[in-house]
Amino acid sequence: MTAGTASLVSVTDLSIAFPTGEGVVRAVDGLSFTLAPGGALGIVGESGSGKSTAAYALLGLHKGTGAAVSGSVTVAGHDVLAAGDAELRALRGGVAAMVFQDPLSSLDPYQAIGDQIAEVYRVHRKDASRRAARERATEVLDRVGIPDAARRARSRPHEFSGGMRQRALIAMALACEPRLLVADEPTTALDVTVQAQILDLLRDLRAETGMGLILVTHDLGVAAGTVDELLVMKDGRAVEHAPVRTVLDAPRETYTRDLLAAVPRVNVRRTTGVKRPSAEGPGGGVLLEADGLTRTFGSGRKAVTAVEDVSLTLRAGETVGVVGESGSGKTTLGRMLVRLLEPTGGALRYQGRDIGGLKDRELRAFRSELQMVFQDPVSSLNPRRSVGESIADPLRAAGRLGDAEIVARVRELLERVGLDPGAYHRYPHEFSGGQRQRVGIARALAPEPKLIVCDEPVSALDVTTQAQVVRLLGELQRDLGLALVFIAHDLAVVRQVSDRLVVMRNGRIVEEGDADSVYERPGHPYTQGLLAAVPLLEKAEAAA
Amino acid sequence: MTLYFLRRALGAVAVVLVLSAVVYVTFYVAPGDPARLACGPRCNTEQIRQVREQLSLDDPLLTQYWHFLQGIFVGQDYSTGTSVLHCDAPCFGLSYQNNQQVTDMLVERLPATASLAVGAMAVWLSVGIGTGLMSALRRGGVTERVLTWLTLAGTATPVFISGLLMLMVFCAYLEWLPFPTYVPLTEDPEQWAWNMLLPWVALGLLESAKYARLTRSSTLETLAEDHIRTFRAYGVPERSLVVRHALRGALAPVIALTAADFGSIFGGAVLTEKMFGLPGIGQLLVDATQKIDLPVVVAVVVITGAAVVIANIVADVLYAVADRRVALR
Amino acid sequence: MTDLLTTPEPEAGLAPASGARQVWRRLRARRSALAAAAVLGLLVLLALAAPLLAALEGQDPNTYHDALVDSARGGVPLGDFGGISAEHWLGVEPGTGRDMFVRLLYGARVSLLVALGATVVQVLIGLAVGLAAALGNRFVDSVFSHLTDVMVAMPLLVFAIALMAVVPADFPRPLLLVIAIGLLAWGPMARLVRGQTLSLKKLDYVSAARLTGGSSWRVARRELLPALAAPVITYAAILLPSNIVIEASMSFLGVGVKPPTPSWGQMLSTASTWFRADPAYVLLPALMLFVTTLAFTVLADGLRVALDPREASRLRVGRGGRESPKSRPGGTA
Repeated sequence: MTAGTASLVSVTDLSIAFPTGEGVVRAVDGLSFTLAPGGALGIVGESGSGKSTAAYALLGLHKGTGAAVSGSVTVAGHDVLAAGDAELRALRGGVAAMVFQDPLSSLDPYQAIGDQIAEVYRVHRKDASRRAARERATEVLDRVGIPDAARRARSRPHEFSGGMRQRALIAMALACEPRLLVADEPTTALDVTVQAQILDLLRDLRAETGMGLILVTHDLGVAAGTVDELLVMKDGRAVEHAPVRTVLDAPRETYTRDLLAAVPRVNVRRTTGVKRPSAEGPGGGVLLEADGLTRTFGSGRKAVTAVEDVSLTLRAGETVGVVGESGSGKTTLGRMLVRLLEPTGGALRYQGRDIGGLKDRELRAFRSELQMVFQDPVSSLNPRRSVGESIADPLRAAGRLGDAEIVARVRELLERVGLDPGAYHRYPHEFSGGQRQRVGIARALAPEPKLIVCDEPVSALDVTTQAQVVRLLGELQRDLGLALVFIAHDLAVVRQVSDRLVVMRNGRIVEEGDADSVYERPGHPYTQGLLAAVPLLEKAEAAA
Repeated sequence: MTLYFLRRALGAVAVVLVLSAVVYVTFYVAPGDPARLACGPRCNTEQIRQVREQLSLDDPLLTQYWHFLQGIFVGQDYSTGTSVLHCDAPCFGLSYQNNQQVTDMLVERLPATASLAVGAMAVWLSVGIGTGLMSALRRGGVTERVLTWLTLAGTATPVFISGLLMLMVFCAYLEWLPFPTYVPLTEDPEQWAWNMLLPWVALGLLESAKYARLTRSSTLETLAEDHIRTFRAYGVPERSLVVRHALRGALAPVIALTAADFGSIFGGAVLTEKMFGLPGIGQLLVDATQKIDLPVVVAVVVITGAAVVIANIVADVLYAVADRRVALR
Repeated sequence: MTDLLTTPEPEAGLAPASGARQVWRRLRARRSALAAAAVLGLLVLLALAAPLLAALEGQDPNTYHDALVDSARGGVPLGDFGGISAEHWLGVEPGTGRDMFVRLLYGARVSLLVALGATVVQVLIGLAVGLAAALGNRFVDSVFSHLTDVMVAMPLLVFAIALMAVVPADFPRPLLLVIAIGLLAWGPMARLVRGQTLSLKKLDYVSAARLTGGSSWRVARRELLPALAAPVITYAAILLPSNIVIEASMSFLGVGVKPPTPSWGQMLSTASTWFRADPAYVLLPALMLFVTTLAFTVLADGLRVALDPREASRLRVGRGGRESPKSRPGGTA
């Protein structure tokens, strides 16, 4: 890459450091790259790699925050780091526009979307009349595919769906015809089908307007089909920078190779633990049976049915994947299966006995059999108690073992999930997200359950950690003969672990069957749509 | 929306009913003998018996309370032995002191309290919101430190300290202002204002400290929100960020607090009224308490409670209108 | 990640939410809070040692010294600054000639005792009602929440004053004040406890604790109560100075402690007729009351930052891991 005069973005030796209570954190360290006019660059990396921090520097957003920024950043001829307030304001939105991750919180909740876009337009086109600005807002909203844009421009953000809001945010970016669009995780908060639409929109807009694109994302699949070049970051440094196909097909660096190896593939059959002990294994009969399970929240006209008439049979030792988009009711179902929630309708039979309507007190006998692993590795552990005590909790509650036996058992469990048994007395904040998730798994294993419901167990983790945790769950399932219910929105992750697959939508099961058959020959149109929307690393038409 | 108002109104009625019942029971049933109190210290047994009959104190508790409610909503008749005294709709009974209708006593005291409430509110809103915004926008400067300490001191000062000091300085030593004596607005607006000036400032400045702190923290909170970052990233100048995007969200809790305070000031400004000798409802309450004039005490408590409840509803509605994200439930 | 603009978040480098040592370290970093704590420590010592100091000065709170006031001028203390002398370190009271130093000290005892007692009552009732509402079934919650609403709506001072009308005159006044303030002003505390408990209940680690098969009480004791400590302590620290002001206000209005028990509020009440002739009589109790409430307020402010419930809740509901754990999974809402 040569930093020619024609380049749209030129970053040289950029370093960004934040002063904190415990010293200085160097978020970006000696980063250099260029982007030609109209080019598209994907900046990928795991959390803490500094990718968003670097992107913010392109608009001079670190100015006045106390961050120490050095090096040089030039965007369309503007020296961003040296620019004064007026020049920066002209640059932001006028030359380079940013699209943020969470479209709901990124828009003013009190104002009509059209007015917000018009305001931005008038900041940069001082001579534009109010009317012209409103017309421009309608025009760009129409361009990003908001139906009936003139009317919808008067709506407030909360009246839009998530995907529509992200479209509106992109419309705001388009308003002043910038030469560069910086998108920071623009699809991370969206469902997979909506994600596909937004990515299509970004591609179309690029082709149409010729603007440059910098796409910051943790998801290699998202980048693969959208950009021309990839910049892989780790710990604030550039690991590899090359055309997207080169990085994906022939990565030079070990880190990139590891990263790629860890990415779950929706189009590849699972390789580990394909053995299905379900019906043949000892006691491999029906473990848990949901029959017309229904859960309604609220009452009267405000009542919302999160899960409706779901019937599902879980056999000992099998893994059932449950996939669905947000609002499909998969978490509610999972919580009912372990009876954290009481069903409002239907029956839930555990080894033949209906436990759906039991009171908390009566449930205690069944608690050790049905366990759960939670999504958020931070909130799933009590920050005030050592991880050893958290794991020991079910053992102490049962009151069967003595103190020494409990400690020994906890150390054994810690080792089993790949942690140092000496970690007993350490506190959750001393662990990384992946390690905390391992602690959560150890806690679920402690009472020797027959079934573990994993609710999005890896969705908060980086892709390499994700792979490790998924592998661990597979091993445990095989070695201990556990039944697993694996709930996730990520179809690729679910494919890696599941024997059977359940697809949910609007609280109901739309398709159920053997995992490989569903993935390879989806029967329901909804499943087909979901699978088609998953971004693939292999997409050949990636580069424009 | 209409349903929401209806439900809130019903809820308010329920709260006021519970409050009045609690008050009624605590004051008329629990302590000693209301008949003796009503009759006065020089009454003999026979006279007390007559009073008891007259006030229907021998009826079952529920009946008594029912009569009390009836008095409030439809009015009540009292026989004074020889004649019948009619007490019109919002009737809280007759004062033990002079058989005057409690409602009349309250109405008589209302102007002074209302004068104080309106003026002080104007002071605390303008000074409080002003300083709050200023210290939020001048973060890290000397201005902010000074304002922070001033507001801390303000929240720690009771009104009778600031009031006493102001009387000492402005009336006794500097002689800039007269010692306040209440002049009704209808009599002489100019004198009314001059005499109310000190009470307004004393109460308003103290309250404004609370408002400054709230305004500051909620403005800072709003400025840290994601949508502010969006507009900053689109080159919108800092001033419009605050005026167009932050202020509306930041002022929502201030509005809520204002309404609630305005309601409670009707009974709660006792201290300011006593300090400056204003013949308001709070003074009435203190006098009645010392003379154990139960009907007056009960009336003030119930009315103040109702004012607070109503003001709270107004606050909730204003808050919800200001902050669209709070759904009316 | 998106927060890097304002605060960088090293993934695993966050301090634990509790831990007395961390709180103490953060509190120590605020000089104003330390100064306030020192002032309050001194005040408590003075109040505790009041009889001792009175003996040292050789005075007691209730002896009249007619010779020290100018009866011709209505009882203005003789001498400068309210009659300061070697025998009377802070002068004497106008009219009666009682020793100011000792009366101020004994006033501190009343003030602190009533405020502390009332705060304890408020915390206990607030915890009980708030926890019952948050942990009970829908009916219990609705009853307790409405009760809390009524209590919050009640104008405290008005009700407290009114209560004084009906309580027998021989009931010990300081105790009555503790009960009255405590029983009337627990509403906000109950609201706080209920809200905090409800949001804690939603956390995954509480769900995990339910899955251990322990009793509800076990879950509450081990997972909920420790997490409530920080917000409850913070709010109690805010209640303390406000209770001091309430006590002083009631004494000022003549419905608080009864003479001859010394009280700052009551002194200020009599002072309003003396401020021209004897300004010292206004300034001394005003200064004591102001310094005390200011010190408590500053300390509470420092504690709030040191125990910041928002900081703690950020830790609890957290945002570790990848950029965005899917914010609202499933249809649990």
